Amino acid sequence: MFKIMGLISFSLALAAAVIGSITLGVTNIPLSDVWQSFIHFNGSNEHLIIRTARVPRALIATSAGASLAVAGAVMQAITRNPIASPSTLGVNAGAAFFIILASSLLGLSGLDALTWVALAGAAVSGGIVFFMGSIGRDGMTPVKITLAGASMAAFFASLTQGVMLTDGRAFDQILAWLVGSVAGRSLNQLSYALPYLAAGMLIAMLLPRHLNVLGIGDDVATGLGQRTAYVKTFAAVSVILLAGGSVAVAGPIAFVGIVVPHIARHIAGPDHRWLLPYCAVMGALLLVSADLGSRYIAMPQEVPVGVMTAVIGVPFFVHIARKGRRAQ
Amino acid sequence: MSKYSAYRTPGSAFSALIEKRTVWTAGILLAFCAALMIVSTGIGSEYISPLTVVKAIFGSADPTSQVIVEQLRLPRIVIAVLVGASLASSGAVLQGIVRNPLASPDITGVTEGAALGAVLFIFLFQGTISIHWMPLASIAGAFAIAVLLYVLAWKNGVSPLRLVLIGIGISAAVKSISYMFIISGPMQLANQSLTFMTGTIYGSSWDNDVVTLLPWVAVLLPLTWLQARQVNIQALGDDVASSAGARVQKQRLVLLTLSIALAGSAVAIGGAISFIGLMAPHIARKLVGPSFGGLLPVSALIGAIILLVADLVARTAFLPQDVPAGVFTAAIGAPFFMYLLYRNRNQS
Repeated sequence: MFKIMGLISFSLALAAAVIGSITLGVTNIPLSDVWQSFIHFNGSNEHLIIRTARVPRALIATSAGASLAVAGAVMQAITRNPIASPSTLGVNAGAAFFIILASSLLGLSGLDALTWVALAGAAVSGGIVFFMGSIGRDGMTPVKITLAGASMAAFFASLTQGVMLTDGRAFDQILAWLVGSVAGRSLNQLSYALPYLAAGMLIAMLLPRHLNVLGIGDDVATGLGQRTAYVKTFAAVSVILLAGGSVAVAGPIAFVGIVVPHIARHIAGPDHRWLLPYCAVMGALLLVSADLGSRYIAMPQEVPVGVMTAVIGVPFFVHIARKGRRAQ
Repeated sequence: MSKYSAYRTPGSAFSALIEKRTVWTAGILLAFCAALMIVSTGIGSEYISPLTVVKAIFGSADPTSQVIVEQLRLPRIVIAVLVGASLASSGAVLQGIVRNPLASPDITGVTEGAALGAVLFIFLFQGTISIHWMPLASIAGAFAIAVLLYVLAWKNGVSPLRLVLIGIGISAAVKSISYMFIISGPMQLANQSLTFMTGTIYGSSWDNDVVTLLPWVAVLLPLTWLQARQVNIQALGDDVASSAGARVQKQRLVLLTLSIALAGSAVAIGGAISFIGLMAPHIARKLVGPSFGGLLPVSALIGAIILLVADLVARTAFLPQDVPAGVFTAAIGAPFFMYLLYRNRNQS
């Protein structure tokens, strides 16, 4: 009962944040205009801002936040590593590098193609990190996979910067995207990634029971009759769809995948049947509010939301890293 | 070096043998490094034979080659050597005191901190204060991050792995703060800063770069070498070291300071060139073993060689593009890191 109420109140908070994100900013727009802009569009500045900037932005933040948080929770479950997330394990950086490479070298600009490229990048870097983190007698240890992830992230980030610098095009927009930003994107961009995000979300939402069993340990899970390889494969596919898809629309946003699952676990407990929905709602809430906050820090300039999440995320990261060592 | 033999196996023939080998290795590397410097100076859009390069260094070549070598290429080569050597030495010290083969200034965020310091310097003082002060800004940045890291990782002492893990997190956050300044600033500063964050020694000059970096390296490297014995003691572990009479925490502080200052000053000139601090000490350890007296100079030489090669590839492979050298050190460094992870796979 408590958990349902919690989920409902977080959903209400999310709705409020989305409304805030649409109406507040450099130009404050009353709620009635928001309605009007869709029903009786009159081409005024306010209506344009709402339809081309604010609404896409709020929706992208919602879907990227939900996706990254759920991806983080799934990754933490299958790696049994409390600091796993799409950004720490290099999945985001891989997706970003593939996008930059494809658009710079191959001249790809079609949004559907770029979404595929992002998914491929997420799969490649995730696969390498997963493999390198699992070698050795003691299997996948948190430290090993974190180090593998960090070095792959550094690797792809350097290559990305190299491609950008030699490409020589005006890169201020790409740069903002590279830190993770939900500003200046169109609904069109979201619509291309949405099917993948939805598919990833759906797969993740089918997994909770299996993730719960897996959480006890591979041996026990196998003993209970679980085909762990299947579960992990499906989990990996959902992570790639969620992380790759959100990088395609919003860039590699850091730390949402780490912070949210931990807060959610604190409130909803370790059961993934509750945890994953909580993560989805709270992830969306975090990113929408961080984006809203980022408009006020250096007004009228905007701080990319990825910077906000990184700054919010570090205390959590440090806290978990400190706690994690004691547990071992 | 005599210090080392006295410390490990006093008077025995075995240690003398090792010393000889270390000296030989260092000598060969030094010769190789010098040859590489000369050949690399000659390679570029205008090829100049090694002999002409040597002549130009002594000021007796034809005027065109003289200008190309003296004004355009040589400063960059010298900077490659200085930056590579500093980063490698910084990594060698850090790995010694943290006792973790995967520690390096870039993995723990010290390099990113230095880069943030430099980016802030570019944005706040561009044009108003001489660029010669930039190493101070980036050393300050490196120090701030290192102090933060040390404080956050402290919990009944600093465990090496906790230090590395927390470093990874801090490094990500610091990097995105640097990005924030880059994005919000004017365009030409943005380009400059981004290049800087990847790490490049493009366009190095005598007046700005060599003169700025050389004093730091000339003071810090010998100072670090004098601490060789302390690093050797630290490598034994806290308990053994303190029962051997070492003041572990105080010495660690001194060594950390040196390591950070080396990384900071290198980053101020070369930018956030990654993975040299990780790779060079490992290769050096393969060649001359873990004793720091020999390890430090050999690491420094290998670091210089790595950056010379990376920069040579960076400026010739994609002509007319001049790719930042940091891209290549990362491209070799990350697989190398993976290899180290593989090598250490059965150690927890």
